[in-house]
Amino acid sequence: MAKIIVVTSGKGGVGKTTSSAAIGTGLALSGHKTVIVDFDIGLRNLDLIMGCERRVVYDFVNVINGEANLKQTLIKDKRVENLFILPASQTRDKDALTKEGVEKVLNELAKDFEFIICDSPAGIEAGAMMALYFADEAVVVTNPEVSSVRDSDRILGMLSSKSRRAERGEDAIKEHLLLTRYNPERVAKGEMLSVDDVQEILAIPLIGVIPESQAVLNASNSGQPVTLDQDSDAGQAYLDTVSRLLGNDVDFRFLTVEKKGLLKRIFGG
Amino acid sequence: MSEPFFELKGSLFTLSVIHSNDLSVAGLQSALQQKLNQAPGFFHQAAMVIQLTPEHQSLDFNALKQLFQQLKLVLVGVSGATAEQKQQAQAAGLAVLRLGQDNKPVVAPSTSVGETPVEQVPMQSKLVEQTIRSGQQIYAKGADLIVRGSVGAGAEVIADGNIHIYGTLRGKAIAGASGDTSKRIFCHQLQAELVSIAGHYWLSDSLQGEYWNKAACIRMQDNSIAISEL
Repeated sequence: MAKIIVVTSGKGGVGKTTSSAAIGTGLALSGHKTVIVDFDIGLRNLDLIMGCERRVVYDFVNVINGEANLKQTLIKDKRVENLFILPASQTRDKDALTKEGVEKVLNELAKDFEFIICDSPAGIEAGAMMALYFADEAVVVTNPEVSSVRDSDRILGMLSSKSRRAERGEDAIKEHLLLTRYNPERVAKGEMLSVDDVQEILAIPLIGVIPESQAVLNASNSGQPVTLDQDSDAGQAYLDTVSRLLGNDVDFRFLTVEKKGLLKRIFGG
Repeated sequence: MSEPFFELKGSLFTLSVIHSNDLSVAGLQSALQQKLNQAPGFFHQAAMVIQLTPEHQSLDFNALKQLFQQLKLVLVGVSGATAEQKQQAQAAGLAVLRLGQDNKPVVAPSTSVGETPVEQVPMQSKLVEQTIRSGQQIYAKGADLIVRGSVGAGAEVIADGNIHIYGTLRGKAIAGASGDTSKRIFCHQLQAELVSIAGHYWLSDSLQGEYWNKAACIRMQDNSIAISEL
């Protein structure tokens, strides 16, 4: 049975799409057949981050409306085996998604894939609700600052009341906290909330902490999921996250300020 | 909206309240029978109240009473009655009740308390096991509210009785919402945006003193809010 994971946050710009791409790629790298579905209808971004923007022919809305089938629409990643992307429509808006339509597409995907990653749009309106409605698990992407934490809190409330699992009275959606843009130096200076602060407020298990990194920006600009940049701290942190998502116990890294060694201090680092 | 609907809702008196736009004997009989068939035994001799609206005209309360008897139900009264309906119901020996919507509690902190009669709140409690998230609103009507988790910033907990929060209170807590000044708020850690008792309130600014971030009890004393350590 396929697992449906929604990547959501409430707030915009915290790294939902970057995380969706990185986690999806990581799962595929670990040998699991994965599809990433872009729910951000009208503001299509996932294809850019994945570097497949020129290969989009049909989109999610076309499939829902029966204008194309899934096979025509899914884009197979050229770098990673087992990885597919279902792009959003750029010309329509969020109202183009219907619950029945989305359910039909997800059911069809579930036959073929082990993991379905739903990249949610920002906000708490119809589009975001649609992305989380069918989820089994949720990755709540949060930046270590107060407005992002509050919005995550709001979306957690939605997850526990507005999802299909909640409506049917089934087991609740499994919630994971993914902290992105984490900068230990600024935390030490008191300019940023610490992991503990955020966890205390949101009170859900931590699945990963992604350090603020130039690698993420480079990856986005070049259309390479950051997980493929395995030398980078962010890439490694995402791989750790994927491993935890698969049930492994992995120690957290990149949480403290890196102490500069003697040579680094002398020669600059 | 003229589609016939029918539902049973539990109320604080553990009475079932019937909401239906068709209160003719025949209409009600078929609707009730259908419900009874779904759960035979569950409603056996259950006490029930009929919710009236001004649209319900010339109802035969005596016939309705008989119908309930036949179905092995007990019709104890009506609620939401107009003056005329009230008279008819009372003539048939039915109680005229007031539903919560008829006298909404004062939750706006700015409303003066003096006008609302202090309602004696029966001792009941509503228990919430999980953390209350931003944007959620919980109201314990005519009851105490107990929250095992925290109350997030931007969340609101309201109770006619006392409020007990075993986690951190970051949002708003409004106790004694129907005007009872003897009610209190207890929390394990005080970081509230607002606390209010019977319409008197303090904002976060006033709370940030000695008791901020501590376990605290908030109550009314000499017509003003007072905080003490737990």
